[in-house]
Amino acid sequence: MTISLPTRPIGGDISAEEQQFNDLIAQDSRIEPRDWMPEAYRKTLIRQIAQHAHSEIIGMQPESNWILRAPSLKRKAILIAKVQDEAGHGLYLYSAAQTLGVGRDEMTEQLIAGTARYSSIFNYATPTWADMGSIGWLVDGAAICNQVPLCRASYGPYGRAMVRICKEESFHQRQGFEILLELMNGTPEQRQMAQESVNRWYWPALMMFGPPDDDSPNSARSMAWKIKRFSNDELRRRFVGMLVPQAEVLGLTLPDPDLTWNEEKQAYDMGQPDWDEFHEVLAGRGQMNAQRMQRRRDAHDEGAWVREAAAAYAARQSATTERVVA
Amino acid sequence: MSTTTGTPPAAGDTTAATLTSDEHGNIELGKLTLAAEVIGQGTVAPPAVAEYALWLGDDALVLAQNLGWWISRAPELEEDIAIGNIALDLIGHARSFLSYAGSASGRTEDEMAYFRGEEEYRSAQLFEQANGDFAHTIARNFIAGCFQHALYERLQGSHDETLAAIAAKSIKEVDYHVDHATQWVLRLAGGTAKSRRRLIVGFADVWPYVDELFRDEPLNDELAGVAVRQSTLRPAFDTRVAAVFAEAELEVPVGFTATGGGRVGKHHETLGPLLAEMQVLARQFPGAAW
Ligand SMILES: [Fe+2]
Ligand SMILES: [Fe+2]
Repeated sequence: MTISLPTRPIGGDISAEEQQFNDLIAQDSRIEPRDWMPEAYRKTLIRQIAQHAHSEIIGMQPESNWILRAPSLKRKAILIAKVQDEAGHGLYLYSAAQTLGVGRDEMTEQLIAGTARYSSIFNYATPTWADMGSIGWLVDGAAICNQVPLCRASYGPYGRAMVRICKEESFHQRQGFEILLELMNGTPEQRQMAQESVNRWYWPALMMFGPPDDDSPNSARSMAWKIKRFSNDELRRRFVGMLVPQAEVLGLTLPDPDLTWNEEKQAYDMGQPDWDEFHEVLAGRGQMNAQRMQRRRDAHDEGAWVREAAAAYAARQSATTERVVA
Repeated sequence: MSTTTGTPPAAGDTTAATLTSDEHGNIELGKLTLAAEVIGQGTVAPPAVAEYALWLGDDALVLAQNLGWWISRAPELEEDIAIGNIALDLIGHARSFLSYAGSASGRTEDEMAYFRGEEEYRSAQLFEQANGDFAHTIARNFIAGCFQHALYERLQGSHDETLAAIAAKSIKEVDYHVDHATQWVLRLAGGTAKSRRRLIVGFADVWPYVDELFRDEPLNDELAGVAVRQSTLRPAFDTRVAAVFAEAELEVPVGFTATGGGRVGKHHETLGPLLAEMQVLARQFPGAAW
């Protein structure tokens, strides 16, 4: 057992447990559920993990829109497998959040009541099949850029959930890329469908990295706590750098006229997303906000009698077992 | 210890490498393929066998299409996943049967699925029954699973090797489907008064379509030793149903028997809209690859 030397507290006393927490963070060690943690750290994590879980669950909807109309049986199977994975991601993340002392029912209630957030990207509509390609390539792609660093997040259960999730997300991105590739290799109408869809999803996908660094109030603290490892703008820039060669392979144009390679900076110069639109969607004024919430609420409400039946049956079964044992 | 939290990693940093290549920067152009799961590719089915493969392929496909609706709408997340699994299995079975069926006329699985009209479908009407509420879905799935299980068990011994192979692979998955439905029959029957009432209604509504499953057709005479006579499956079906119903304290519904006719292209009125939705995009781009 190591005894950490007390360091000189800044502006007051710092408890031994807080010192230990700070040390763990400083050493890049994991914080585990039984470790002491500052209340603000716990709250930040609950908010972030729950929001992430909700995003996975709401994120099933834009793609489930095409399960019944998928244009080939192979695509139908791959799409079902993908949407199913997202449900699984939601489950892993709800479990991780539960280790911080919040219940799944409580989180679900918050989602349905509209007091918890989920990623705004899922408030965009999916009018065409090509959107299944754009979501995989751009939305799952952006999610991976955001999430790979989270595999090293300081909170153990979260980091470990993210490792499992990231493995599956790379499959998601690949299948999206493939959908677009098939379309780009297809008829002129199919190519047009792909380009039109990428035009719609490109900027919203870039918004997934969050507001610009100088306008991101919670980022600095999350980075100090190593919940977050890279700034929003840094991740966004990396993502675009990754997209450019892939877009070339696809033969698609990224809809940013300002996108150019800057030899001096060894990075791409790029235009800015429409941040007004970002704030509008965030405020609930996107294309599909009401619809997404309604679907989740309906599924929850209409499934209530089924969950009640399962609970009543389980209670009766365990009562019977107890009697038999006694 | 580092105080440079958040500083972009230097080139060569492992995280940077992960971000730019390993995880996703390196998209392979090779196709993701589930084709390995399709059994019987390359074998040409005799016409009568192809017709029989259509029956089974259409049953599986129509049920999978119905189940696809539940994904993102199920009573709990675990059920989104479970129902998704069942739908995926059924699509796999349908792809094998339909690609085999199509081999007789040089058509692909997708031409069979997307470019046949309602009257060319050969599904039995039980599989076409709408999802209804969760109890209806469970009642329909339970009957479908018990039927398919009894059928595939026997079809494994078919003289047609491809049919036997598809049945042998599919039965393991149908085993899980029956188990899933059985668990829910028990839970709903023994849960609350409301769930029990709904389940009883669900079974009453789909039971008229049970009879059709076990009717023999002229094709059965032609395919002795290859196809399974549906009428001979009834005892196994009844035994399994009786066991589960006894545990759930349910009674086998009595009432109507529907006319049926699915095997000759007469369908329940749910099939038209189901196919219209399934086929709409494929038919907008005939000949296109996806
Ligand atoms: Fe996910
Ligand atoms: Fe994903």
